[in-house]
Amino acid sequence: MKILIAFVMAGLAATNMAYGSAANLIADYRNTGAGPFSPDAGGSAWTQEHQSSSGAGTRSCASCHGTDISKAGRHAKTGKPIEPMALSVNPARLTDAKKVEKWFRRNCRWTLGRECTPQEKGDFIQFITSQ
Amino acid sequence: MKKTISIIALGILSIASIGAVMSSSEWNEREDEEHYESDDREEGIFRGAWLDSRADVRPVENQAYQSECGGCHFAYQPGLLPGKDWERIMDSLVEHYGDDASLDELQAAEIRGYLLDNAADRARLSRARAFSAGSDAGDGLPRITKTRYFQREHYEIPARIVRGNAEVGSFSNCQACHRSAAAGIYNEHQVVIPGIGKWDD
Repeated sequence: MKILIAFVMAGLAATNMAYGSAANLIADYRNTGAGPFSPDAGGSAWTQEHQSSSGAGTRSCASCHGTDISKAGRHAKTGKPIEPMALSVNPARLTDAKKVEKWFRRNCRWTLGRECTPQEKGDFIQFITSQ
Repeated sequence: MKKTISIIALGILSIASIGAVMSSSEWNEREDEEHYESDDREEGIFRGAWLDSRADVRPVENQAYQSECGGCHFAYQPGLLPGKDWERIMDSLVEHYGDDASLDELQAAEIRGYLLDNAADRARLSRARAFSAGSDAGDGLPRITKTRYFQREHYEIPARIVRGNAEVGSFSNCQACHRSAAAGIYNEHQVVIPGIGKWDD
């Protein structure tokens, strides 16, 4: 039983290490062949408007997170406040790679209608890091 | 002397009968259980200060639900919808009221279990159970605001002070007016509508 627990813990630790921090994510994206990454490319993609799938207006990252990411944003529909994205203001951002990937998956699908490519994700991470 | 005794006897009898009526509460009926403070918290009774605030709906106690589902909107307590409605919501997270709320499998399973265990049709608090009594959502996604109980409780509220109110916006924004909603307290004596004030009827 103890050995089983030890194995499970080791497995979980390994998964955690694999996810690590956002720096590891950049490395992962590079491994897929993406890069170099540019904060400016991320910045312009941030405000790019996309047609919503339901046809109800356009949406961009800024719709909820704002154009100035050193300030708090709010959910476009519920109005719920969102902590600032800028790393300089909110150092907790980008430290949990699992969380980063989760929100990329949800928000890219909702905004762009598809998952973001590793190149796009890398650019976004560089943009957020630079602010 | 006889009169005094009979008056005293009558007095004792009255007090005893009042005591008997008052003690026939839920707690005393459950003779097999002892009364712990943790039971109080389960029932939503928060003891403290001068008055006890009694939750109408058991507050959210699951960390995953609070952070995953309370990240974009108010973390609606599981007691606000019946189990079958929570199932439908968890089955359609990709198209979650116009948003993508997908979760990884482990988290989804944990949250689904938490919601079903604490859904309105399984709640102990009677106000929570009321939310399982029918809905007008039809074929659309379930909505707390379309449950019959919700509609009965809110039909007197003019739409303009909710939808037309910049600080509220929607009837789905519970905590804007129900200031203790996060604690599961929805009673009408604690309603303060922004820009209007206390709403007590």
